[in-house]
Amino acid sequence: MIKVEGLRKSFGRQPVLRDLDLEVATGSITVIIGRSGGGKSVFLKHLIGLLRPDAGRVLVDGVEITHLTGRALDGIRRRYGVVFQGGALFDSMSCADNVAFPLREKLRMPTDEIAKRVEAALGQVGLEGVGAKFPAEISGGMRKRVAIARALVTEPEIIFFDEPTTGLDPVLVNTIHHLILDLHRRFRFTALMVSHEIPEIFEIADTVAMLHEGRIVEVGPPAAIQASANRVVRQFIRGEPDNSEGH
Amino acid sequence: MADRSLSPALRPFDAVGGWTISAVDSLGRFGTFFVEALIAIATPPFKVRAFVDRINYIGYRSLLIILLTGAFTGMVLGLQVYLTLVRFGSEAFLGPAVALSLIRELGPVLAALMVTGRAGSALTAEIGIMRITEQIDALTVMALNPMRYLVAPSILAGLVTFPLMTAIFDVVGIFGGYLVGVELLGLSPGTYFGEMQTFVDMKDIMTGFWKSVSFGVVVTWVCTYKGFNVGHGAEGVARATTQAVVLSSVLILVWDYFMGSILP
Repeated sequence: MIKVEGLRKSFGRQPVLRDLDLEVATGSITVIIGRSGGGKSVFLKHLIGLLRPDAGRVLVDGVEITHLTGRALDGIRRRYGVVFQGGALFDSMSCADNVAFPLREKLRMPTDEIAKRVEAALGQVGLEGVGAKFPAEISGGMRKRVAIARALVTEPEIIFFDEPTTGLDPVLVNTIHHLILDLHRRFRFTALMVSHEIPEIFEIADTVAMLHEGRIVEVGPPAAIQASANRVVRQFIRGEPDNSEGH
Repeated sequence: MADRSLSPALRPFDAVGGWTISAVDSLGRFGTFFVEALIAIATPPFKVRAFVDRINYIGYRSLLIILLTGAFTGMVLGLQVYLTLVRFGSEAFLGPAVALSLIRELGPVLAALMVTGRAGSALTAEIGIMRITEQIDALTVMALNPMRYLVAPSILAGLVTFPLMTAIFDVVGIFGGYLVGVELLGLSPGTYFGEMQTFVDMKDIMTGFWKSVSFGVVVTWVCTYKGFNVGHGAEGVARATTQAVVLSSVLILVWDYFMGSILP
């Protein structure tokens, strides 16, 4: 279980996270929704140890990671897979080398075993035969799928998805979501996803949490979020314009 | 930024204080980055593939520009030094004058400036783009140290390639001087190379060598640091690249003076 308690973070005088609390159950798919600039990616970076909070704690299976450094933090990160917003594929490597990279460098597997695992991982995301291509030679949707394959190939316990479908057409959005759902059913990892995709995420999430102005303002199963009486949540999921922005 | 709640008389002091803290902070980060890079260099396993790739990137791909600039620097030196020496009837010393100028001073400095312009800027841009596209974050969350994969091989490659590039620059420059002094202006080849052997000794070569080694470290350190600490977006990468080239070039010239003062 991932437990976040009273997380606070400011950049200069600008508070981004204000006493954020959240629990992510083991083996579940939790989706964080919220408006752009609301602190979702900053929150995710705290969970993967790329940012340190000003106050508060992040606990992974009871281990507080907020003050961990070096090997202790790497030990936690070895349990993670991360799919970054833009994929973050190494553009100097082929797709197969990208997927092979954590196996070769992190797990130090033998070459023949790596080849088998890479082929299987690319097959799982429907990308057989593209291993030799470079990230610049494939479409945005394919890049996201390679990034998912890279995150999945080490069989992590926890996978973080940072807006995995941003910038994709509706067909690809659904394809990626169903891919994640399918992989989750097979591998039972804990998934924490940041997304804007309303209403598609309600089909795949076990829990949805609404992040607004640095706090989780509502959390619950998709049906409860869709029926929420909270004005901010309703406005977001219905895509109503915000008159407070002076337009 | 000056605190507006302060009285106008104190604001300049506040601004100077703020600037000083910022400068010391930047220097501290710069130094810490180098120490982290040294630790990454000293920690096994050694990334042979990345090291060879960086030698190709910094050294081999800079070869053409080194050959061109080396040849023309030697030719210009040959012409100008000949025209000066002939006034004193000392044109026999053209060979040692060209060789000493190149080996002790111009070779290390100009080769380093050329490699900075070609490979240093590309190094900053490459690492900067990796930073803004989250590739460095991807390495970090895989529990892999980006210093070991990106910075350590670059600094080691700088150590190896800068002296090599300097040696090539020196040799090509000496032959450029030969082309002008001997082939065009009629000096005898024996005089050109004979006097060179008399006046150039090992300590001159070692002076150039140590300069080029230190420039290799300085340039790769500055360029990888700037790439690692890039600002936002394409503009941030462009600014970091410019800063890396300017800072490296200034440090090469400043460091050249200090090395020239210390070395025999």
